[in-house]
Amino acid sequence: MTIAIEILNLEKRYGALQALAGVSLAVAEGEFFGLLGPNGAGKTTLISIVAGLARASAGEVRVMGADVVADYRRARRMLGVVPQELVFDPFFSVRETLHIQSGYFGLRRNGAWIDEIMHHLDLTSKADANMRTLSGGMKRRVLVAQALVHRPPVIMLDEPTAGVDVGLRQGLWQFIRRLNRDGHTIVLTTHYLEEAEELCDRIAMLKAGRIVALDSTRNLLETFSGLVLKLRTDRDVLPDGLQAEMLPAENGRFVLRLRDYDALEQVLHRVRESGAAIKELELEPPDLEDVFLRVMGKH
Amino acid sequence: MGGFPTLLYKELLRFWKVSFQTVAAPVMMALLYLVVFAYALGDRASAFPGLSYAQFLVPGLVMMSVLQNAFANSSSSLIQSKITGNLVFMLLPPISYVEFFGAYVLASMVRGLVVGTGVLAVTVWFVDLRISAPLWVFAFALLGSAILGALGLIAGIWADKFDQIAAFQNFVILPLTFLSGVFYSIQSLPAVWQTASHLNPFFYMIDGFRYGFFGASDTSPVASLSVVAVSFALLAAVCLRMLRSGYKLRQ
Repeated sequence: MTIAIEILNLEKRYGALQALAGVSLAVAEGEFFGLLGPNGAGKTTLISIVAGLARASAGEVRVMGADVVADYRRARRMLGVVPQELVFDPFFSVRETLHIQSGYFGLRRNGAWIDEIMHHLDLTSKADANMRTLSGGMKRRVLVAQALVHRPPVIMLDEPTAGVDVGLRQGLWQFIRRLNRDGHTIVLTTHYLEEAEELCDRIAMLKAGRIVALDSTRNLLETFSGLVLKLRTDRDVLPDGLQAEMLPAENGRFVLRLRDYDALEQVLHRVRESGAAIKELELEPPDLEDVFLRVMGKH
Repeated sequence: MGGFPTLLYKELLRFWKVSFQTVAAPVMMALLYLVVFAYALGDRASAFPGLSYAQFLVPGLVMMSVLQNAFANSSSSLIQSKITGNLVFMLLPPISYVEFFGAYVLASMVRGLVVGTGVLAVTVWFVDLRISAPLWVFAFALLGSAILGALGLIAGIWADKFDQIAAFQNFVILPLTFLSGVFYSIQSLPAVWQTASHLNPFFYMIDGFRYGFFGASDTSPVASLSVVAVSFALLAAVCLRMLRSGYKLRQ
């Protein structure tokens, strides 16, 4: 297995604030990797250090084997970054912006590839428009295009769909998914957990500068989540001894978290045994939001 | 070849796209200075025998424009990129700190020299001028614009907002240029102010530049060139050190 991004004991302090407190992580080549965590967990700091925008207080980071400090030229050529903020240079058109970005990587005859990226991101009709005149969604696409001008094998996207409308979000994900299928390694931070759940092979959850969960998306869903049962009976209380965790009631329904289907069996059995009749029943499959809340609550 | 040529091109394109503001306006300003000062103070004795006040004034105005615009270019470009956040596009690629320094300073020099040439081209219609030693003119224009380009870069790195750049410009650059002998020869000053003027590095830039026109100056051009060269070396060293450490650019 080739490692696309390798992070070893990474620490970052801003004065008294410990933004990253010893993070170790390896992202395999070709992976679609999700980085989740609440605001201030250290996601952007982590991405910034990998990208060379910030310097680590301790630890090592390599991109495709190249150290981001000692061998920064090779490391940065391997990496495309889509920043979180919607930034642009108001002096230039879309095409100029992309040609300039390409030139920064030493690629000065890159017109064919730039045309191709613009085509895939639906930017061709805006190629000669000034950046100032574009909508937020268009500016976001230009940011993605800028990250791709030098054909990096590894692409990091810091909350790329924040504030982006649904249509564009879908289009953007289709495009990123295709890049992944073509062999690009994708690292993504997002607040939309359903997106991470749908797209990512593996997920790291960060809290207060530490990794609190790191596993395949499937394992995380199985290990942490279980099932949520919403139940109404003709009684005001449920019998004792249920293999379930009671959550706050919702619209007069009992809400229980179950580990698995065996637990569901046991709960239904106990309810029937107590003589209560079930009036309404709803079973929800595990979702990442549930995992997220539980992992964050635990740590 | 890395990102240097493109970064230089981007910096040149940036000011050229707004050339009314970055080139035409400062040329106009210099012309106004010439008209107002030369007419208002026209009968004032020139510092050098055989020269009118307007003749004396023009090289100073040209050099002042070169210096102020070189500073304005790097400082405003960098602070804009920092504040709008598009600096990230230059920090992500494999551009070394030396390339970064070179591109910003060189673009500032070009802007300074373009404006200086513009001022000269406009003022020669009004004032009879000859250049007696063009190499001196060239040497001081190049080094002076490089110094101010580097100083602008330092200011841009250090500042967190436009206000701080404006303060730097109005409370450091402007007084130093105005008090450097652009509008007068320091020989007309009281002794104490003459001494003070010799502590102002801008004085040597203006004085040496003027020597290239008239073959006469307040201080020897070799001494001026030495001061100017050492000033550039010092500022370049400071600026490169800041860039290398990532001070205020890479957290």
